[in-house]
Amino acid sequence: MRMWFVCRFCCPAAQSNSNPEWEAKVLEYFKGQLREKESHSWVPSLNDVPLHYLKPNSLVKFRCLVQDMFDPEFYMGVYETVDPSTKANVLRCGKYKDVTECGVDLNSRNTVTAERQTFYCVPIPGESPWAKEISFLSARVVPSTSYVPSRQKRSYEEDDDDMDTQPQKQREPHTVMMGGGGEHPHGNGDSKRQETEAPSSQTTAPSDCSSHLDLNFPLPGERGPACLVKVYEGLDSFKLNDTLEIYGILSVNPVLTVIVYPHRDPSLLLLNPTESMETPEEQRAHDPPASLVPRLHMLYARPLQHNNPLLPSAPTEDQSAFVSSFLVEMASVRAELLAYLTHVLLGDGLAAEYLLLHLISNVYTRRDVLPLGKFTLNLSGCPLNSYTERLYQIVQQLVPCSYRLSMSLHTMNSMRLVPKKDYVANRLVSGALQLARNTSLFLDETQLEQGQLDSSGVRNITALGNLISWQKVDYDFSYHQMEFPCNINVLVTSEGRSLLPSDCQVPLQPQVTPPNMEEYLTTIHMAQFTSQINKFRVYLSLARTLDYSISDEVTKAVEDDFVDMRKDDPQSVTAEDLHRMLVVARLLSLSLGQTTLSRDGWMRAKHIDMLRRSRTEQQKSLNGNEP
Amino acid sequence: MILIDDSSAVNTIVPSNLITKLKILGLNTSLFNVFSVLPSEVDMSSPLMYGTPSSRVEGTPRSGVGGTPARQRPDLGSIRKAPQVDLHSEPPSADGAVASEQALGQKLVIWGTDVNVGTCKEKFQRFLQRFIDPTSNEDENAGLDLNEPLYMQKLEEISVVGEPVLNVNCSHVQSFDADLYRQLISYPQEVIPTFDMAVNELFFERFPDSILEHQIQVRPYNALKTRNMRSLNPEDIDQMITISGMVIRTSQLIPEMQEAFFQCQVCAFSTCVEVDRGRIAEPAVCRNCNTTHSLALIHNRSAFSDKQMIKVQESPDDMPAGQTPHTTIVYAHNDLVDKVQPGDRINITGIYRAVPMRENPRQSNVKSVYKTHIDVIHFRKTDEKRLHGLDEDSDQKLFTEERVQILKELASKPDVYDRLSSALAPSIYEHEDIKKGILLQLFGGTRKDFSQTGRGNFRAEVNILLCGDPGTSKSQLLQYVFNLVPRGQYTSGKGSSAVGLTAYVMKDPETKQLVLQTGALVLSDNGICCIDEFDKMSDSTRSVLHEVMEQQTLSIAKAGIICQLNARTSVLAAANPVESQWNPKKTTIENIQLPHTLLSRFDLIFLMLDPQDEAYDRRLAHHLVALYYQSEEQIEEEFLDMAVLKDYIAYARTYINPRLNEEASQALIEAYVDMRKIGSGRGMVSAYPRQLESLIRLAEAHAKVRFSDKVETIDVEEAKRLHREALKQSATDPRTGFVDISIITTGMSATARKRKEEVAQALKKMIQSKGKTPAMKYQQLFDDLRGQSEAAITKDMFEEALRALADEDYLTVTGKTVRLL
Repeated sequence: MRMWFVCRFCCPAAQSNSNPEWEAKVLEYFKGQLREKESHSWVPSLNDVPLHYLKPNSLVKFRCLVQDMFDPEFYMGVYETVDPSTKANVLRCGKYKDVTECGVDLNSRNTVTAERQTFYCVPIPGESPWAKEISFLSARVVPSTSYVPSRQKRSYEEDDDDMDTQPQKQREPHTVMMGGGGEHPHGNGDSKRQETEAPSSQTTAPSDCSSHLDLNFPLPGERGPACLVKVYEGLDSFKLNDTLEIYGILSVNPVLTVIVYPHRDPSLLLLNPTESMETPEEQRAHDPPASLVPRLHMLYARPLQHNNPLLPSAPTEDQSAFVSSFLVEMASVRAELLAYLTHVLLGDGLAAEYLLLHLISNVYTRRDVLPLGKFTLNLSGCPLNSYTERLYQIVQQLVPCSYRLSMSLHTMNSMRLVPKKDYVANRLVSGALQLARNTSLFLDETQLEQGQLDSSGVRNITALGNLISWQKVDYDFSYHQMEFPCNINVLVTSEGRSLLPSDCQVPLQPQVTPPNMEEYLTTIHMAQFTSQINKFRVYLSLARTLDYSISDEVTKAVEDDFVDMRKDDPQSVTAEDLHRMLVVARLLSLSLGQTTLSRDGWMRAKHIDMLRRSRTEQQKSLNGNEP
Repeated sequence: MILIDDSSAVNTIVPSNLITKLKILGLNTSLFNVFSVLPSEVDMSSPLMYGTPSSRVEGTPRSGVGGTPARQRPDLGSIRKAPQVDLHSEPPSADGAVASEQALGQKLVIWGTDVNVGTCKEKFQRFLQRFIDPTSNEDENAGLDLNEPLYMQKLEEISVVGEPVLNVNCSHVQSFDADLYRQLISYPQEVIPTFDMAVNELFFERFPDSILEHQIQVRPYNALKTRNMRSLNPEDIDQMITISGMVIRTSQLIPEMQEAFFQCQVCAFSTCVEVDRGRIAEPAVCRNCNTTHSLALIHNRSAFSDKQMIKVQESPDDMPAGQTPHTTIVYAHNDLVDKVQPGDRINITGIYRAVPMRENPRQSNVKSVYKTHIDVIHFRKTDEKRLHGLDEDSDQKLFTEERVQILKELASKPDVYDRLSSALAPSIYEHEDIKKGILLQLFGGTRKDFSQTGRGNFRAEVNILLCGDPGTSKSQLLQYVFNLVPRGQYTSGKGSSAVGLTAYVMKDPETKQLVLQTGALVLSDNGICCIDEFDKMSDSTRSVLHEVMEQQTLSIAKAGIICQLNARTSVLAAANPVESQWNPKKTTIENIQLPHTLLSRFDLIFLMLDPQDEAYDRRLAHHLVALYYQSEEQIEEEFLDMAVLKDYIAYARTYINPRLNEEASQALIEAYVDMRKIGSGRGMVSAYPRQLESLIRLAEAHAKVRFSDKVETIDVEEAKRLHREALKQSATDPRTGFVDISIITTGMSATARKRKEEVAQALKKMIQSKGKTPAMKYQQLFDDLRGQSEAAITKDMFEEALRALADEDYLTVTGKTVRLL
């Protein structure tokens, strides 16, 4: 709350002396304040607090993904106006604001035009509920102080509360078990309110507006606020699909809402050609009602390496201390996680090992067009009947960001995976493949049935193939395509071998056949303590950030090994196999917290790869015998 | 169809309505050497006029500056009626008091600028009269005498053609008078009308008898101020800029009011109000009868001008990676309306404007944002030049002095060829010759024009086919090349249809016009088209490649659009063997099952096979391991290499045009004769002129790599070596072990052909031995033949033999029966 005052007094004071240095000073001040320990937890977050609880013109933060970048706009950095009280001409600052005060003298020579850009930001797509919850609970702000709920809203909430009791109950165990995180006494109640508020605003919105407003979330069924972020500095440092934590000034002035008349007076159009240059669609996309899409004037943005709230987010001493303390535990946590995954995968230890490696994989660099470090796993032979769905739920509990794409014929034909530029509305219409880095994409091929793919279905499959092979998505700009590199962990579950390419295929060999799959998985899941699950979560996020190297000695050993393997049977090991084994070796070492490859590590990698291959071959011969 | 005899049309007055008709038909009325008369000028009582043109011109008020109507220039905005101010009378001026009377006239400047109308006019007239550009190579100047003042010739052209527009290249102005150029860029709104005045005075002085539709308008282009949409900033407002981009949307025509006509409802008094900054101030009181609010707008008598909104998006080449393209709104006025279509790549010269958002009178708070747009003065389609066969890369890619120096230094190194080939796709291991081949492909040969002698253009592009086992990083190589070249296209044979490769006609949903959409091959004109899974392509799709790969054009006859597009693209294709694994016992053709007509169009065909050799394995392993743990700096270094490589290729493609020298041509002749000789010993043709052409192309490309203007013997040597290497891989007859070019040119080796003939003869003999049987069972015959022959005879061979006999008109095959003829 200290911050709000700072913000309000800082700007007008600086305006009076038109010293350009103040702008830099403001930024410095805020950056300095936010660097202070825990100070950022004092700033309310748009992710957690419903919009109407927040005071306009106060400092807020927003954890988001840059979904679209609009054209730069020119605004009045400094303008001249008449002070209503003193009747004197005064200069005002237009920075960090949407709206000017009083009448503006447009012909004044003192007007300074400056440039800013608008980013359309959405909450990180596919953010797991647990991540949202924990980050919400760790915030130390009491949002309700700034808000007196109105009578009507209250009744909505109560209604929703009644309807929503079912999911609320499901969530209950976690929040209780959170223990350490729930410092806030109001935590529980607020979480209820927050969770129910989002849907209610969603459902009431269409009834208010005659035209439905599409908030353009990459994934269907997403909720949360979208935000128009006005960016003033360092425009080139931001890229599409960056995940950022933005600190900025909230602006929800109702003036911003452009009323789109469905039947505009044609004479109005004639006399105001400037108005007609935007289509209604474009206006709707670029100037949505501020109550639904608030404006945020960015002071400072921090690129997020990950969105796991259990890890310190900033790369400070704080974090390195955290990492080194965790490294000690790494091996034991790994063993526990492996045991857990083995249970989940019906007792198949090898598949569990590969799943673990897959979960910590990460494109760490690119060599010309080749992404290095990707490890797409194809888990074949999955039992049908909602097993994959349960499996996804378990993966979702472990990773901060995930999405399950059920590859049924209908979804493949009808869903938009690749973002496409809509030139009428002048915006990038999002698609399910517009995801933040390190998102787990769970492709459920068991849902695919026989039938015909239409042209959009073929395009979608091609896009998935490109994503897996090159870790890139070609966005459709209708006159040309633009390539956007990505870093997405793709896990394909299928009955037989997947029709999509993959780095590695593991046929699942269940050791146990529980009569009731649902019950079996639920019990496994419930048996884990939240503290245990949290450890897994930290482990997975941390392992992927570690550095890695190979010594010359081991390089030599690997080379020798490769030559030996080829000597016996050149067909048995190809360059592709070596590629894969090197990735497996890397992930295996990292999963144990080792940052260099040891000989043992290499042998282990070779060993599990051999096991896996013998299993695939066995599968092949089995299938071969079938008619 | 209207047929007009040119000779009879000369010196005849063509009725004005006919002229308009002809205009509608797209014919140039200036051909007729008569004066096009606007319908409005025509005397309504007599639609046809008689008499000679000269007699009509005399005495009419149409000629001369005064006579020709000036046309408003909405592109320059409402010309501010800015007062001219005397610099010296302004208080801060120190020597204001001593200003002499006659100096006053010259010191008068337009308010807010430093432009003096008189001097500016004089300067521009001097520029028009004197500017000579002997080195000009712009296609607009084709047919003009380069040693005469350029713009005077253009004025002459105007007097003949009658199109009152003078395009002025700003770089010419800059080289002639830097100060004038600065004024033009900074104050276009004031300077361009001055230019207009100047040019009209000059024109009507020269050609007093000319009649123009309206006064000449000056359209400057190629202002060097801004090249990129991204670099536009508030400083550019109200300045003249040139940006490049792609049209993505055009609006319908918007009639914009220029002058409003008001009439008093009480006394019928009328008044005109001009548009001022986009608004019309409605007079509240009638000046005649003093009634308030009695004036009504009469639409029919108001003056409107055409206006069109165009949205332009920055071209993909200008964008930094990972960001979305910017768009800008552009307004075209009057005759520039409908000059561009969505999808066109254009250079726009215009004035950048920022308009504050309209104030809502009911609200005191307004959004503090400006709307920006560009008022177009000049359009220039960048891809239009292609029609003239000029390389457009030349003016797009500009190299700094230092960059050129770096490139030249690199070129002077003796091992530049190896260096560049190893910089190509470093993540792909070895395959040195393939990389070298692709490198030469990137450089391409020299473009030769034989259209004078009727043979058209010679292909300068090198086509390469990679075939080999799956998983030998063919796709990766293709991806790399696609990312390296600016005009690359990547398609997969499986996913592309003939339509996607060539061009298709689409109905634009907005304008309902038929629009020709170009496909991958046309888009990669002057670039490389990478086609993966070439073997999976359907036959009909592949057939379009025949024309592209030799003639380098693409003919389209669809939905009433018949045209021939340039597709000077190099094709880099990758094909997998039919039986998933390469069968060394079969020929290339048999392995990949592609028609030989297509294969012979590839200059180089490489096999990418697993060599299976220990030393190779070791190097491969080392390479791969290094790939996985190389440090950041090393990666950084390589990235530099890629940028250098890009520039190197672009530079060589643009500036180096090597020609064969005497020795090299001798060497080529020898090489060709040698190749022919190899075959003649065994009684077959081993080289065709196509192979010679390939050799020449490769040698030229190699000379380009060295930045050499001459193709020398070493280039020929390397071309020969590479060609031989590729042949050794792809054209070796597995049965004999010899390199046999006919595998690629005719689809089968000479031995195979011989075998085929033998089988056919054997079959014929067998049938003859059976005596007079008019019809036989197919299966029966096959079994008989198999029983008779010692060698194994496959069904394919049998069918081929039948076909051969059918060709001889000996028999016909209908269904399952064989009939003798």
